[in-house]
Amino acid sequence: MASALINVPARARRGEVIEIKTLISHAMETGYRRSQLGAPIPRDIIRLFVCTYNGTEVFRAELHPAVAANPFIAFSTVAMESGTLAFRWTGDNGFSVTESAAITVG
Amino acid sequence: MRLFCAAVCAIAIVAPAFAGEIPRAERRSGYDFMSRETRAMQDDDSANPGLLWVLEGEALWNRKTGTAGRACADCHGDARASMKGVAARHPAFGTAQGRPVSLEQRINLCRTDRQKAPVLAWESRDLLALTAYVARQSRGLPIELAIDQRTQPFLDAGRAAFHRRQGQLNLACSQCHDDNWGRRLAGNVIPQAHPTGYPLYRLEWQGLGSLQRRLRNCLVGMRAEPHDYGAPDFVDLELFLMWRARGMTIEAPAVRP
Amino acid sequence: MRRHTSRREFLLAAGGVAAGMGLAAVIGVEPAGATPAAMQDAIGKVVGAARVTPGKVRLELPPLSENGNTVPLAVSVESPMTEADHVRAIHVFTEKNPQPDVVSFRFGPRAGRASVATRIRLADTQTVVAICELSDGAFWSGSAAVVVTLAACLEEV
Repeated sequence: MASALINVPARARRGEVIEIKTLISHAMETGYRRSQLGAPIPRDIIRLFVCTYNGTEVFRAELHPAVAANPFIAFSTVAMESGTLAFRWTGDNGFSVTESAAITVG
Repeated sequence: MRLFCAAVCAIAIVAPAFAGEIPRAERRSGYDFMSRETRAMQDDDSANPGLLWVLEGEALWNRKTGTAGRACADCHGDARASMKGVAARHPAFGTAQGRPVSLEQRINLCRTDRQKAPVLAWESRDLLALTAYVARQSRGLPIELAIDQRTQPFLDAGRAAFHRRQGQLNLACSQCHDDNWGRRLAGNVIPQAHPTGYPLYRLEWQGLGSLQRRLRNCLVGMRAEPHDYGAPDFVDLELFLMWRARGMTIEAPAVRP
Repeated sequence: MRRHTSRREFLLAAGGVAAGMGLAAVIGVEPAGATPAAMQDAIGKVVGAARVTPGKVRLELPPLSENGNTVPLAVSVESPMTEADHVRAIHVFTEKNPQPDVVSFRFGPRAGRASVATRIRLADTQTVVAICELSDGAFWSGSAAVVVTLAACLEEV
């Protein structure tokens, strides 16, 4: 049950640089921890975050275990046209979550 | 006899602050002892990880469950209205239980009695999510517990626990949190221990947790035996801590180091 | 502020000297790979034979972090972010974590600003390095040192 919080301005002026904040729930298990009995806990992280704007990729982040749990990524993009910003997180054990937000650009 | 008891209770309730209790003007939330960056994490709703649980709690609030096939929303409607102030006055006396119940216990009572659904385990994701969602609706409101002759004995038990030396280190909670707040222990500032932000996202846990989880951490840190989740001792202590923080503002879901 | 050499600073200095002498800086018990040399290797994989010039990259980390599990990081590079002149990528590395790579961000002119914020894990007091790759193929770097403390009452005994 991975929930994600996206913060995208609902509207923007054409050419304006907007800030996007994303937060997704994920333990980001590093692979370096051990259980109480000493058994290693296998790595389980989000490895890739991609943002597309009306289908065109505008930002990408490649994550390693050193990214904190419940990854927070804030980045910016230029408001070019109205449409959809799509966000996709993929990672170990087939983890895949997509979210989207609409934006009106005038 | 009733009149005598009432008189004694009235005196007990209006009794002056216990020796060592932090004066109202000096009460500070754990928020004030955090770094600028951690405070910023709490303040920004788009960056506060606790809100992920609030989001899940909202989904659970609206989901029908149990053999009664009811969602919380079916009885309580919009939580923003119906749950406003609820977290600020819990633990509250449960008539059927004959003792105060915490917010988590209240949620589980609704589940078993009204929704005819199984209890949610302590510290389970679902219980934390629902508690976080309900507590969020009290954000910005002052803590205000109803203390009367029914809850007074439990408040006293909680107060006694707070001042009792325990564990291998023979420490009482009050020694750090009443007498030495603001000073440093192992590089970290000792807060006053007001539960204004629970359930909260603790960086140490890398997740959201309840006040009882934090209290268990404290007890383990003091090398004392931690009570089981839901133990009456914990609810009594919660009651006392919330009463000790009366008037302070609810910050749930807070972020703490 | 009273200035004194803490035990951490002494060990850091000692470790630095050891590394300079070509010895692995082993301070306490650490998994293999947690050395400044490993970080240099990881940086080398990204930049290849190209030179890395210190500058242009603004890396913001709190000088003292309350908990190494979640340390806020902000990194930005001054750039017009045009088709002709923009930041292609920013890579973040650490010198004392079990592995040196932290995160890589990739941009294009559509980013508007080469500016990102996230939260990272730091296993110990250390220096974090950010390398940025510009569209002209040049590499620039910035760094920040962070002191990492832990909570007093830990969950695990």
